[in-house]
Amino acid sequence: MALLNISGLTTVFETATGPVGAVDGASFTLEAGEVLGLVGESGSGKSVSAFSILRLINPPGKIIGGRVEFGGRDLLSLAPREMRAVRGKDISMIFQEPLSSLNPVQTIGAQVMEPLLIHTSIGKRKARDRALAMLYRVGIPDAESRFDVYPHQLSGGLRQRVMIALALVCEPKILIADEPTTALDVTIQAQILALLKDLQSELGMAILLITHDLGVIAEVADRVAVMYAGQIVESAPVQAIFDDTAHPYAAALINSIPDRTRQARRLIAVKGNIPDPRHLPPGCRFAPRCGFAQPSCVTTVQKLTAVDPTHATACMRVQAGELPRPIPTLTPELPHG
Amino acid sequence: MFAFIVRRLLTIPITILLVVFVTFIVLRVTGDPVQIYLDINATPEQTALLRERLHLDEPLIVQFGLFLWDVLRGDFGMSLQFATPALPVVLGRLGATIQLVSVALLFAFVFGVAGGIVAALRKDRLPDFLLSALAVAGQSMPSFWLGILLIQTFALDLKWLPTSGTGSWQHLILPAVTLATFLLPNFILITRTTVLETRSELFLTTARSKGASESSIMFRHLLPNAINPVLSFLGLQMGRLVGGSIITETIFAWPGIGSLMIRSIFQRDVPVVIAAVFIVSIAIVLANLLVDILQSLIDPRMRLD
Repeated sequence: MALLNISGLTTVFETATGPVGAVDGASFTLEAGEVLGLVGESGSGKSVSAFSILRLINPPGKIIGGRVEFGGRDLLSLAPREMRAVRGKDISMIFQEPLSSLNPVQTIGAQVMEPLLIHTSIGKRKARDRALAMLYRVGIPDAESRFDVYPHQLSGGLRQRVMIALALVCEPKILIADEPTTALDVTIQAQILALLKDLQSELGMAILLITHDLGVIAEVADRVAVMYAGQIVESAPVQAIFDDTAHPYAAALINSIPDRTRQARRLIAVKGNIPDPRHLPPGCRFAPRCGFAQPSCVTTVQKLTAVDPTHATACMRVQAGELPRPIPTLTPELPHG
Repeated sequence: MFAFIVRRLLTIPITILLVVFVTFIVLRVTGDPVQIYLDINATPEQTALLRERLHLDEPLIVQFGLFLWDVLRGDFGMSLQFATPALPVVLGRLGATIQLVSVALLFAFVFGVAGGIVAALRKDRLPDFLLSALAVAGQSMPSFWLGILLIQTFALDLKWLPTSGTGSWQHLILPAVTLATFLLPNFILITRTTVLETRSELFLTTARSKGASESSIMFRHLLPNAINPVLSFLGLQMGRLVGGSIITETIFAWPGIGSLMIRSIFQRDVPVVIAAVFIVSIAIVLANLLVDILQSLIDPRMRLD
């Protein structure tokens, strides 16, 4: 029994011309204590999926279908009050932009204390002690004297540490991390990832890590789900994604990682753009950009299906054994110069 | 924080000096004081004598120095209509104006902010339309007309409240409502805009992700971040508020500085007008200082240290 079981999650954004799908029937599970990486391009629906789990989608966004099972309950059908009891206590979240995700007019100490004051009845003094301990734990030097400073007085890396502290202060079972290192510079990124990894093993929590950076995935994830145009197209243990790639989109993503051993002088990009969610192909949504697509790919609805006990792909050609695994990368010809 | 207040306090004398300077210039270019003090049959000798006594024969810069010295000592001259020193006349009216303005401000602020929040939370729905329409109507209504309308309805027709004057809290209601209506629409519209802007901030999602209740999100996270533009507006509107209180006090015969000022202007009672302008300027400067302090207490990023 998975800790978190998401099935058929569908989230749309209401527009003047009708609802536009952002997440379309996404299904994945998160096991206790694991790090699941959710990868995809911008606009693939990975962040919307994450926000949907905690029901933090603001109008005009709306969850219209699916189940998010946690602890034997469907979070999507909880009363608002019951949902609030889950947020910050069982499932927490951190965001991409640490500055805008912290309240600028509250001290960082107060912000880290808040979840404790909401979910426990330990009183202000004890909450302060625990918040302070958490700030030290996430690596804020001299947290005692920084307890009463404001977010704008801290550096980006420290702000993200504060965010992590306030997310973890109630020791949740799940942390949803939405691009937690994207806004930070590279050295800080590595520190934050290491910190998350440390805290994960120490607190025994599961992490849903949303990122577009496969390098980050390779470093910290146990399993990966690849998202494209609102759908999960491949899910597998992290090693299998790289060594036994079973979806052309995942292969194209992996191929676009800059590699210093390769002689290419230009970055390799996935051709084309993510399709307009208002005009999606009826079948495989990646088909228009796919080097292996056949006419039937465009018209046939693809279904995420297991090809190994731990490995699932939505590509019908892989399912049919028509393509080798790992999928060979079609390196575009590079112009000379 | 302390350094911030001290620094702001240091700018006050400069502002006051500017006010005194402008008052002086305006006085000198708008007419010869001698003509006000002496009657039309005065002989040239009398005129020359008074001119000398008032130092009007000195160079302008010396006159300004003398004027400034008088002002600093609180000597604005004798009131022509009351035949007593001008400053005590004005100070005696200060209490009534402060009472009226503060009650009106409180009323406008509380109902304006509350209305703005409701309009923002119910954006594009009935409460929003009603409040916005009301705000626009209130904004376009001249206070003298509203005042008369209120007197007609609540004092003359319903006989619930006195028509004018002072003495009890009932006397305060109509003028305070009239003056508040002057500011209320702006408070509603500005609060609505700033709440709508703040509502999309990511830190509110953070608060929600912690499990905070909607009311806690509103009062602990949203409002402290949305209220400062409203306070800035309040500071900027102090001058307009004085203008509004002149009209309101006149309609309701409220014995404050506003009605005194208007009367003194008609009577050409220059010393009282100068003293009133001076006191009102200080009040506006202090009110703005208060707004600045309040804002920096709410938002630490405004403490320029």
